[in-house]
Amino acid sequence: MINIESLRIELPGFTLQDINLSIEDGEFFTFLGPTGAGKTLVLEAIAGIIPITGGRIFVKGRDITHLPPDKRDIGIVYQDYALFPHLSVLENITYGLRYHKADPQESGKRVEKLMVQLGIKALAQRSIQHLSGGEKQRVSLARALAVNPSVLLLDEPLSALDPNFREEIREVLKKLHKRLETTFLMVTHDFAEAMFLGERTAIINRGKIEQIGSVSEVFKKPSTPFVAEFVGMKNVFPAVFNDTKVLVDDLEMQVESLPSDRKGYVAIRPEDIMIKNKMTFGNDFNVFKGKVLDVTNRGPYHEISARTGRVIFKAMLSKSDLFEIGLSETKRVNIAIRPSDIHVF
Amino acid sequence: MIIKKKIDPFFWIAVFSTSTVVAFILFPLVEMVVQPSFQDLKDAAKDPDVLRSIWLSIYTAGMAAIISFIIGTPFAYLLARKEFPGKKLVESIVDLPIMIPHPVVGIAILGIAGQNHWLGQIMQQVGIHIMGTVTGIVTVLTFVGLPFYVNTVKAGFEAIPVRLENVSRSLGASLTGTFFRVTFPLAWRSMLVGIIMCCARAISEFGAVVIVAYHPMIAPVMIYERFTAYGLKYSQPVAVWLIVVCLALFFLLRIVSLPKESKAKRG
Repeated sequence: MINIESLRIELPGFTLQDINLSIEDGEFFTFLGPTGAGKTLVLEAIAGIIPITGGRIFVKGRDITHLPPDKRDIGIVYQDYALFPHLSVLENITYGLRYHKADPQESGKRVEKLMVQLGIKALAQRSIQHLSGGEKQRVSLARALAVNPSVLLLDEPLSALDPNFREEIREVLKKLHKRLETTFLMVTHDFAEAMFLGERTAIINRGKIEQIGSVSEVFKKPSTPFVAEFVGMKNVFPAVFNDTKVLVDDLEMQVESLPSDRKGYVAIRPEDIMIKNKMTFGNDFNVFKGKVLDVTNRGPYHEISARTGRVIFKAMLSKSDLFEIGLSETKRVNIAIRPSDIHVF
Repeated sequence: MIIKKKIDPFFWIAVFSTSTVVAFILFPLVEMVVQPSFQDLKDAAKDPDVLRSIWLSIYTAGMAAIISFIIGTPFAYLLARKEFPGKKLVESIVDLPIMIPHPVVGIAILGIAGQNHWLGQIMQQVGIHIMGTVTGIVTVLTFVGLPFYVNTVKAGFEAIPVRLENVSRSLGASLTGTFFRVTFPLAWRSMLVGIIMCCARAISEFGAVVIVAYHPMIAPVMIYERFTAYGLKYSQPVAVWLIVVCLALFFLLRIVSLPKESKAKRG
């Protein structure tokens, strides 16, 4: 288990603070957040590469806060692969073996098995200069895993890859994690990656953790306005609560449940907002009359901004929906939202 | 029909200034090399004083480069990799010898090595003499050459991604192990270039050396002495030999330090 207690890192112009985390052995944990949020700093602190200002880090009950990186038993894989350019593929992969007391036959077998699993056995004698991005990332993974670390840190491992390699390496990561007992910690800014790979996630913004939870929980029930926007809830409004009713500006909305530990926001996914010409909704819907402000073509779908009172909703419509209702700007429409689609926090 | 492309006047300005600069540098040098007769050069090459002074120049410059390599490498690594309070100040101090007029360097070194200074007294007790010795020459050459080594190698270290070192550490290598297995193999070319730069600077030094040690005579001092005592004609052959020897050495090192392009391309 990895325990991080009140981790704090101060840099000129940036502070990472109040990082408290527990990660189970063998978990695939992701750190999600926009660029510059401080996700990579957390990884580098765990790896022991950067000095920390405060807090403690434990791995399997061992306090590693003040251990040098070479004594931590933690592997690292970077976005830019960071392969040693003066060494061959095999020399890269076996680089760390001499520092780990193990039966050379056994570690040789493990390296061989890893290279077969990663499909890079044929590349062993090649120079790393002419490998493709996907091959480089496989070599980088093999190198980190060859010494059998208890934790593997992955810093945006898919970001530098072409889209087709990205999917391929994503599958490789998932399979490797299933097969090994190593704990995987991955930094990414891509929610889809976290959804596909991660079990739990921590959303980081401006040097602080916004929310920790399973990826689907974070996706469905964000607990801060930032996380709501980050997971694609484009309609986030401050709200006032009155018994079972919710007031957004002067709009009254029915919601399914009111959590007691709420902060005072509602959030709605754009795909859950319906826009129609006629009133064809059931009685249980929240329906508002409004006006279309803007229609933007986003490729597979259209984004509609519609205003009712002082509130502007953003909705997503498919091309056929749009065609069916003949939407255009300034057209008067009915906006409908199911109470169960309104997330209150 | 041929369409004539109009050439911008700036192009001609650039061509003119380029040829002026190249001619300005090469013309005097080429003229100096071709002016002495073959017989003069042959005589100079047989003169033991000339041979001794050229050898002393190469030897002392080489020593200065070796000393710079030994103490300058860890220092350059520190400057390239670590942030610490006062780093900018330390970097400016390293550059000081480049700014200071050369005779001043000699005077400054003598000032602390003389009998009137406590350091000079200690040095004399342990048998280190600066005035008029090879040790003195090596000392001033190191003083003027070290910044060139440190700055070149620092840039070389900075060009190596720190992530490579991080990965090496995470795989279990200590700081020392990482330096010898990752940093050094990737930085040795810049170290060699640094050594060349340091040597080149040291071998051309005159002002500081002439203050500290007129004798034993390094080649630039001998050239100066022959010029003042006998005139231009007598100093030229020595100068030619010094240039020839230096160029030969530097080309050799340069060839060694060039990356092997063809091999890398074949992969």
